Amino acid sequence: MPEMTYLEAIRQALWQEMKRDERVFLLGEDIGVYGGAFGLTHGMLDEFGPERVRETPISEATIVATAVGASLLGMRPVAEIMFMDFVLLALDQIANQAAKMRFMFGGRTSVPIVVRMPGGSGTGAASQHSQSLESILMHFPGLKVVNPSTPYDAKGLMLASIRDPNPVCFVEHKVLYKTKGEVPEDDYMIPIGVAEVKRAGRDITVVANNIMVMKTLHIAERLAQDGIEVEVIDPRTLLPLDTETIINSVTKTGRLLVVHEACQTGGWAGEVIASVVGSPAFDYLDTPVRRLGGRDIPIPYNRGLEKFAIPQDADIEAEIRMMVAGKV
Amino acid sequence: MAKPKVKEINTQADFDERVRRLELSDETLIGLYRTMCTVRHFEYTADRLYAAGKVHGTMHLSAGQEAVAAGTRLALQPDDYLINHHRGHGHFIAKGADVNLMMAEFLGKDTGFNHGRGGSMHIADFQSNNLGANGIVGGGIPQAVGVGLALQMQRRKEICVCIFGDGASNEGVFHEALNMASLWKLPILYICENNKYGMSMDVERVVAKLPIAQRAEAYGIPWSTVDGNAVVEVYEAIKEAADHVRAGNGPYFVEALTYRYFGHSKSDRNLYRSKEEIEDWKQNRDPIMRFTKHLLQAEVLNEEQAREVDAQAEQVILKAVEFAEASPEPDLSTLMDYIYA
Ligand SMILES: Cc1ncc(C[n+]2csc(CCOP(=O)(O)OP(=O)(O)O)c2C)c(N)n1
Ligand SMILES: [Mg+2]
Repeated sequence: MPEMTYLEAIRQALWQEMKRDERVFLLGEDIGVYGGAFGLTHGMLDEFGPERVRETPISEATIVATAVGASLLGMRPVAEIMFMDFVLLALDQIANQAAKMRFMFGGRTSVPIVVRMPGGSGTGAASQHSQSLESILMHFPGLKVVNPSTPYDAKGLMLASIRDPNPVCFVEHKVLYKTKGEVPEDDYMIPIGVAEVKRAGRDITVVANNIMVMKTLHIAERLAQDGIEVEVIDPRTLLPLDTETIINSVTKTGRLLVVHEACQTGGWAGEVIASVVGSPAFDYLDTPVRRLGGRDIPIPYNRGLEKFAIPQDADIEAEIRMMVAGKV
Repeated sequence: MAKPKVKEINTQADFDERVRRLELSDETLIGLYRTMCTVRHFEYTADRLYAAGKVHGTMHLSAGQEAVAAGTRLALQPDDYLINHHRGHGHFIAKGADVNLMMAEFLGKDTGFNHGRGGSMHIADFQSNNLGANGIVGGGIPQAVGVGLALQMQRRKEICVCIFGDGASNEGVFHEALNMASLWKLPILYICENNKYGMSMDVERVVAKLPIAQRAEAYGIPWSTVDGNAVVEVYEAIKEAADHVRAGNGPYFVEALTYRYFGHSKSDRNLYRSKEEIEDWKQNRDPIMRFTKHLLQAEVLNEEQAREVDAQAEQVILKAVEFAEASPEPDLSTLMDYIYA
C-alpha cells in the first residue's frame, strides 16, 4: 500500500471523487493556483478547471451558503474554510440553515454539503488561527461532524462525507497534515458515526481525537513496557457519536479518560463521560472518570506557552498512571 | 442602466398605454387580479385564525404588498426558482403553491408542506422549485448565489428569484452575495420589497443612502425601482429585469416600494407609525383597489364580475381552512423524523 500524508490522502479523496462524480465541486478562498493556505488543493485547478475549483472572495458565510444553495439543485459542493476559526463567520449558514433545512421543510429536501476546515494549534498561528471548535458544531442536530486522525481514515471519511446526503463538517488538523500512513489507491469509505479501537488494552480506555490519538498511541507503547495496557478509541465522528463502542470498552477496562485539545470547559469529553456514567458501564468503573482537555485560555503565540496550552505526552501519561494506580 | 423614478400614482391613460404595449390580455389581467385577491384573503383569514386562537406560532402577513407577488410571478417562468423570506405567503401563492397545504402548515398540521415542522416562516414546495422561506433575516440571500451557480454549472435556462425586505439589505451577507453574484454573472433576480419598515425601523433611519437599490451599483449590478403597489408596473419592471438575467447578463436588482398593513408580526402594537399613515396607504394606494379601478375603467371587468372573482378567491381560502382544520396533527411518535436523510 502506498504511503502518503494526511493532506495528500484528503486531496486524493477529493480528486478521485471529482473524477467519479461531476456534481462534486470545490469552493473556497485561494484554493486555485495557491492551492489553499496549506496546499491541500494544489494541482486541482489545472486538473479540473476554474468552474469546479471555484475561488471565492473572502466571504465565509456566503461560501457556505453557496454550497447550501447549490446542493438544493443536486450539486455536491465541498467548501473550504481556510482556518476552522473562520467557521464562526459562517455559523448561521451551518447551524441555522444547513443543519435545519431538512427538518424545517418536513423531510422534503436534504443538504448534501461538506465543509472542510483545519483546526488545532501547534503552528504558532496564535489565538484566532488555532482553535479546536468541534465541540461547538456538535450542538446542531442535522449536522454531522467528522474528525479523522490518520491518512487512511481521512480518505475514507472524506469519500463517505461527500456521498452522505447530510451536511458534514469535516474537521482536519493542521499538525496532522504532514503525518504519513498507508492509504489504498482504491475507492473505500469509512462509515460516518463509527468509532475505531486504535489499540486494544485491558486496563484503561482512553478516548481521544485527532492529534491526541497519535500522542496516546505513542504513550500506550511506553506504558505497555510497564505492563499497563491502554485501549485507545478514536471516535472519528463526533456527531453522531458512537457511544456504544466506548461503553463496551469501559465495561471491559473499568477506567475512562477522555483527551482532547479543545478547551476543557464545554468540550466534547463531557458528552462522552455523561454517556458512559449514565450507562450500565457505570457499574464496572474502578476509578472516577477523568478528562484532559486544552487549558481554558485562547491559544498563545509563544512556542512554549502554545505547547502547554494543550495536553502534552507527559500529562497524558501521568493521568493514565494515576488512574491505573487507583490514586485519583 | 435603467433607473426609472418612482412616479406619482399612475393615471388611467398610463395604465391603458402600458397594457397595450405589454400586450396583456384581459384574461391575464384578470389572472393578476385573482392572485392578488387570493393572497389578500389568505392574509386576512390567517389574521382571523390567529385572533380566534387557532394559530400556535407567529406569522408575517403581506397584506398591502400583493402587487409585488402577482406582478413578479407573471414576469417569470413556472420553473424559475424562488428563494423567499419570512413575509412570503404572497409569493408562494402567486407561484402556484397549493393553499390547502399552506394553510395546513400554518396550522401546524401533518398535511402541511412541511408536516407541521416549519409553520408560516419556513414554507417550501420543492416540487414547484420553491426553495423555502427563511426565519433568519437575509439568510436566503447568499443561498441564492448557490442556486444561481448550480443553474449556471448545469447550463440551465431557469433563473433564481430572491425576495427579501428593506431590513435584510443591512445584513453582511447581502453585500457578500451581491458581489459574488455579479462577479460570476449568475442568473439571479434580486427583488427587495421595501415596505418602509423593518419591524419598527423606518428605512430612513437605517439605510445610509436611499434608494436601497443603488447599493447594487457598487457591485456592478443594474437596478431599478418601481411602485410596488401598481401591479402592471411591477410586471414590466420585473420582466425587463428577468429578461436581462435570462439572457445570461448576470444579476439584476429591483426595489419595489410598498407597504404592509398588518403589524410586523403578532407582537406588533404599531407604536412606530401613525394610524393616519396606515389609512393613507389603505385608502389611496391600495394595490387591489387601484388595479380594480383601472380594470373597471378599461372595461376588462364590470363590478359584478370583479366581485365574483373576489368571492371565488375567498372560497378557495375558506376551503383551505376547512382542509387544514380537518387535517390531523403530526403524530408525536414522529418527533425525531426528518433530522437526517
Ligand atoms: C438575523 C435576524 N435578525 C433579526 C430578526 C428579527 N426580525 C424578523 S423580521 C425583522 C424585520 C425584517 O425587515 P425587512 O427585511 O424589511 O422585512 P419585512 O418584515 O419588513 O417584510 C426582524 C428584525 C431575524 N428574524 N433574523
Ligand atoms: Mg421591511
